[in-house]
Amino acid sequence: MAHQFRLNRRDLIRAGGFLTLSFGIAGNLSHAPAAEALKLAGDLEDTPLLSAWIRIGADETVTLMIGKVELGQGAVTAVAQVCADELDIDLKRLRMISGDTALVPNEGVTAGSQSMPNCASAVQQAAAEVRHILMELAAEKLKAPIASLTVEDGTLRGEGETKITYWELVTGRELERKATGKVKPKDVADYKYIGTSVPRLDIPAIMTGQALYIQEQRPDGMVHGAVVRPPTYKAKLKKVDTSKVEKMPGVLKVVRNGSFLGIIANRQDQAYDASSALAKDAEWDVEDDLPGDEGIFDWLRSAPMRDEEIINETAGTQHAPARVLEATYERPYQMHASIGPSAAIATLADDGMLTIQTHSQSVFETAKAIARMLGLDPAKVRCQHIPGSGCYGHNLADDAAADAALLAVEMPGKPVRVQYTRPQEHKWEPYGSAMVVKTRVGVDDSGNVLTWNLELWSTPHGTRPDGEPGNLLSARYLAKPFEMPVPENGGPPNYAADRNAIALYDFPAQRVVTHFISEMPLRVSSTRSLGAYANVFAIESTMDDLAHAAGADPVEYRLRFLKDERARDVLRSAAQKFGWEQWSKAEGRGRGIGFARYKNFAAMTAVAVEIEVNRKNGRIRLIRVVAADDSGQTINPDGIANQIEGGVIQSLSWTLKEEVRFDKTGVLSEDWKSYSYPILTFEEVPPIDVVLIDRPGEPFLGTGEAAQGPTAAALGNAVFDATGVRFRRIPFTPKRILAGLKA
Amino acid sequence: MISFRLNGKDVSVDAPEEADLLYVLLNDLKVNGSKLGCGRAQCGSCTVLLDGEAIRSCVTPTKAAEGLEVTTLEGLTTDGRPSRLQQAFIDEQAAQCGYCTAGIIMEAHALLERNPHPTDADVRSALQGNLCRCGTHNRVVRAVLRAANEA
Ligand code: FES
Ligand code: FES
Repeated sequence: MAHQFRLNRRDLIRAGGFLTLSFGIAGNLSHAPAAEALKLAGDLEDTPLLSAWIRIGADETVTLMIGKVELGQGAVTAVAQVCADELDIDLKRLRMISGDTALVPNEGVTAGSQSMPNCASAVQQAAAEVRHILMELAAEKLKAPIASLTVEDGTLRGEGETKITYWELVTGRELERKATGKVKPKDVADYKYIGTSVPRLDIPAIMTGQALYIQEQRPDGMVHGAVVRPPTYKAKLKKVDTSKVEKMPGVLKVVRNGSFLGIIANRQDQAYDASSALAKDAEWDVEDDLPGDEGIFDWLRSAPMRDEEIINETAGTQHAPARVLEATYERPYQMHASIGPSAAIATLADDGMLTIQTHSQSVFETAKAIARMLGLDPAKVRCQHIPGSGCYGHNLADDAAADAALLAVEMPGKPVRVQYTRPQEHKWEPYGSAMVVKTRVGVDDSGNVLTWNLELWSTPHGTRPDGEPGNLLSARYLAKPFEMPVPENGGPPNYAADRNAIALYDFPAQRVVTHFISEMPLRVSSTRSLGAYANVFAIESTMDDLAHAAGADPVEYRLRFLKDERARDVLRSAAQKFGWEQWSKAEGRGRGIGFARYKNFAAMTAVAVEIEVNRKNGRIRLIRVVAADDSGQTINPDGIANQIEGGVIQSLSWTLKEEVRFDKTGVLSEDWKSYSYPILTFEEVPPIDVVLIDRPGEPFLGTGEAAQGPTAAALGNAVFDATGVRFRRIPFTPKRILAGLKA
Repeated sequence: MISFRLNGKDVSVDAPEEADLLYVLLNDLKVNGSKLGCGRAQCGSCTVLLDGEAIRSCVTPTKAAEGLEVTTLEGLTTDGRPSRLQQAFIDEQAAQCGYCTAGIIMEAHALLERNPHPTDADVRSALQGNLCRCGTHNRVVRAVLRAANEA
């Protein structure tokens, strides 16, 4: 079935000839008073025009246009399910266009687990309204009351044999009507696709090798670009001899603009060869003022910072604490580390239009930043999303788009594809920020929390293009360089560095202080779950210490302070499935649990882990994992399970193995080697059991980032259980475990 | 000119002899199954079969394929229909972004040729050199075992 979905943009455009709804015909909705009072669902609020989202085709198809894009998480399939259900059409009729700045509503960035809450909800409302309008039109044509009509796969039936289809009803050119917010989506019981594991629309193509990724698009006449990165972040190009490289086989052009160096060549391999040769022929002024991976945590605590108290609730404090526990947690820089290096294709056409195919998460804002970087009219820069390798946040996707653009304008008429090399991807991407988190907790005689204090130190978590050329790497090296804007921390309710820094637990007193450092020794930006990973690791490790000190079971101890019923269910479900009560400890083994509600208002996830520690070599073996998740109403259960499994594995990998190595001058981690930047492998991945708690009728919450923090904490807690030693610095490498066991 | 068989057809390409097979497959011969991941034989995303053996095409000079049979992900299909192994990956929804998956399927295909009834541990050991960042490992193992069981 999934085979029949059409995801290819070119096919979609070729199919053409869309007919959209015309509203010359009477319809109650169009005469309804303006919906000023009603807040529209998700991104419909910003783009209320129904025709911007949905088109009914003369060819008996429906086209849905969305600003969110597929990042390999199944989001587009889930949104398609919602649309098909709400419109009462078979999924096979649905065509999806996503992330083309010329065609879709601007839904901002695809990030932050926002595709379900903002895009799926918008589509649900838009589809419900379109269906209602079609029913009104049909009621008029069939001369039957709306209530008597039934709809099945786009065919509306009245009394007797009378019927009419969506495709017949649509006669005009445009669907130019705003959503009113007054049509109610269907009853939960009437959904056919929502709540079922509809296979991902793009999976058959992935498995059979159809051209899907930007890295394998080959427009006619395409040439290959490559860049030469400076040896260090702030290096300046002193001089370069391009003459030898210009004579290398296949080299079409060497581009120099300030300290930016690029190559355009006939072949990809030639472009790489030429760029490595050019790197050798270039001389740079380099700096050496980085704190290094060992010095970074001291640096964070002493850098110029802005302090902000994000919560200070003391109302419940009545007694002085009997004891105070204090602990400090450290998270190093960590990478997105996509398997496929970032890539993009840019073409400057004769009419001056610059079209960029990119796997960016922020097509609109990236197009704008690139236009400003090149001094072009923003209307002349178009970004089209084409899938790339998974990104897990803001990686080099946008920089590849910018670099392809910088080269394409040097060779008008030729599509230029740029794909970074592995070392470039590893060394130049914006990492997840290093962080220090300190907890200080006062407890009463029985070990219950009286006062909870948390402080965190972090550099930024958001440096996305945001329309600003200075956020694009190469723009900073041009002859007329763009300054990078000073990044801000994100505020409530999402937060950024301090995401999930406020504990969800009901403590008598809680105070949290963020020390935000805008200076960035290493380049950083949004990485799956932002600060939540480190904050939840710290909170949930502390809870484990507190339970231990109180002589309480860690699950029971958490339940003392966890008031939300759904959250309690999630925690108990994970424990139950794990067999927490029955578990008995074998030699070297340990178990741990961690919980969080992502952003304190999104998906609730608990993770339980069993491990074994080898005291001789310090190695941790992952035995098994159980995760429980409540993401609100489930659209696609298998899609959620896949996200949780993937999040658990990635977080285990971060926590066990990953740390960006760097010295005074720059990043040393340049590939996957064990001393460079290793990640979890097939033999190390444990079995993972996922328990899903569906909440029909509740809002869609999104799942992509929910498992990161709880998993890290569960692992640390399991190591503590196995060894009696608490490890507070990530990653838990064999060397650190051995040192900890000896201490 | 370098000539070999690609997915059952004779091909000749006019590519520099020292160009690695990956780039020739990806760009000259326009197959999608071999993808650039690291270029250093560390990740497996460029894996193809050379006379049935799984190799890393990113470090294999094209001339090494002269006269031999190269199979990529596309070559496992019959008239566009997925092979049993590919179908098992579809049935298990064994991908997220899918960038690593082509190389993994080729490596798994070679495993099943050697060992039609592998254990869970056999599959993991065969795929130890294939990296996946999205965390689809367990689905992948299930898919390979499913294909073996359906054989
Ligand atoms: S690209 Fe060949 S092994 Fe990574
Ligand atoms: S599915 Fe994305 S890297 Fe494996």
